[in-house]
Amino acid sequence: MWEASPLTYLALVVACLLSIFPIIWSFIVASRDNSAIYDIPPPLVPGGNFLDNTSRLLANEQASFLIGLVNSLFVSTVVTISVVFFSTLAGFAFAKLRFRGANALLLVIVLTMMVPTQLGLIPLYMVMIELGWIGTLQAVIVPFLVKGFGVFLIRQYAQSAISDELIEAARVDGCSTWRIYWNIVLPVLRPAAGVLGLLTFMETWNEFLWPYIVLDSNTPTVQVSLKILSTGNYTTDYAQVFTGTALAIVPLLLVFIVFGRQIIGGIMEGSVKS
Amino acid sequence: MPDPVRTAESPPRATAPPAQPKRSRRTARRAGRFGQFDTKASPYLYIAPFFVLFGLFGLFPLIYTAYVSFRDWTLTGGDNGFVGLANYSEMLSDDRFWNALFNTFGIFIVATVPQLLLALLLANWLNKKLRFRTAFRMGILLPNITSVAAVGIVFGFIFADRFGLLTWLLDVVGLDPIEWRNSRPAAWTAISIMVDWRWIGYNSLIYLGAMQAIPKDIYESASLDGASPSRQFWRLTVPLIQPTIVFTAIISTIGGMQLFTEPLLFGYGRIQGGALNEFQTIAMYIYERTFDSNYDYGYGSAMSWTLFLVIILFALGNFLAVRRSLRGSTK
Repeated sequence: MWEASPLTYLALVVACLLSIFPIIWSFIVASRDNSAIYDIPPPLVPGGNFLDNTSRLLANEQASFLIGLVNSLFVSTVVTISVVFFSTLAGFAFAKLRFRGANALLLVIVLTMMVPTQLGLIPLYMVMIELGWIGTLQAVIVPFLVKGFGVFLIRQYAQSAISDELIEAARVDGCSTWRIYWNIVLPVLRPAAGVLGLLTFMETWNEFLWPYIVLDSNTPTVQVSLKILSTGNYTTDYAQVFTGTALAIVPLLLVFIVFGRQIIGGIMEGSVKS
Repeated sequence: MPDPVRTAESPPRATAPPAQPKRSRRTARRAGRFGQFDTKASPYLYIAPFFVLFGLFGLFPLIYTAYVSFRDWTLTGGDNGFVGLANYSEMLSDDRFWNALFNTFGIFIVATVPQLLLALLLANWLNKKLRFRTAFRMGILLPNITSVAAVGIVFGFIFADRFGLLTWLLDVVGLDPIEWRNSRPAAWTAISIMVDWRWIGYNSLIYLGAMQAIPKDIYESASLDGASPSRQFWRLTVPLIQPTIVFTAIISTIGGMQLFTEPLLFGYGRIQGGALNEFQTIAMYIYERTFDSNYDYGYGSAMSWTLFLVIILFALGNFLAVRRSLRGSTK
């Protein structure tokens, strides 16, 4: 491997600054007063209005920002737990259990990864009307409880991480398949399940189009209330909009700072395996 | 793809010799009826939730879209029955549809080519002996973990016409301001920058993963033969990670064809995508016709299904690429 030259460092630092800047800038505007966005030159250092902006944002009934935050937390958590649970279950079955049709069914799962859900939105919307779920959180949770990508990811990992002998030994000791899954397989799968969980949480938190279609300002997710904020009757209050933007990013930043290494590992791993 | 079940566990123990006195009661039970049922049925039980839920909320809507596309169906008017290909022929003579399709492909090309090239370059830099490795990787991935909606708002102001950050920057370096939303090339560029900002880091980490799987001795012998680093990059690295490049290209295609949130928020949330629809994508136009005003399910479905057929061509290629690398990983 070659030694990195100073030029490489410079290029990487520039790339990182460009990556980080829009996010930092949203925090800067969020901490300034409302007129700062019109300033020339534009604001590049933080001010002291963050708390003031936040309290105005939370008092803004039209955007229901706090409800959005709580809803997003709830929706993302439920979807994450479900995706991890069903993916480990199915991934384990595909990697380590014998059953008729396993290959064909696995192929179907790989194919589902290529089906863009967006193209089924119209009938899905009609289904939601039939079920009476428009405007409720079920509508943004239930359709996303499983993920083909998750099953595939776990299956790939389980195949190399779990030895057949281990399962065999457990069977001889009288473990049922469920106990093997719960007591032996799940602990081994923890790293892959963790990455899947993190990616799912972030993806669900960031989901925009579908919540935007089926939810309204009474039960928004945080992204929907951001949209309401940025285009509603409050468009003149940019400080408030940017405060919302910044606050919507904070939970993800926290997750990223704590688990960044694992997330990066998962993405790089995926490139070789999938 | 080789048969993965062959390498899985050995046959069930149901036919094991009768329980010996030494065995525990649980072992005896395993060898009995329950054990047999357990090993036979549990795999299906474990994969069933995926297939049931995907069938209901993934596959069914997709097929039903095709069905709806042959009907005259609106929210207010209800289902007025089969109309054959009427929705499709309306679509073919609809200028707005062609405009949206043009924009979608235009933005896709403007965005994807630099996106993948820059990701390759970035990956190559990251693939060197480097201090602060994790920090750099986190830095470039950061855009990808933030929400499109939030970022769309921020970029909306970076590209604001009069008081935007970029307008000011252009002024500082002595360039004329650009009316980002009133010209097709400018709007496409701005939206492409938003898309690329979000995805370059992600793609370069995928490339980096593939690059690190390349055996190092290949480079050693290339160095001995006197190949310069840049020659090694284009002649060795890039060809060797070609399957990964194909994979990212097709993934970008599927995403690009469905582009919605970035252009929506770039246009301050208006679904029309500019005064003359300069940057309305096909996904936005489907939304406009289906959920914004007309609630024309039949027409929206016809457009969706057409788009699906376009995407499926790329998806097929995607599948072949995935299958090829699958073959490698399962031995």
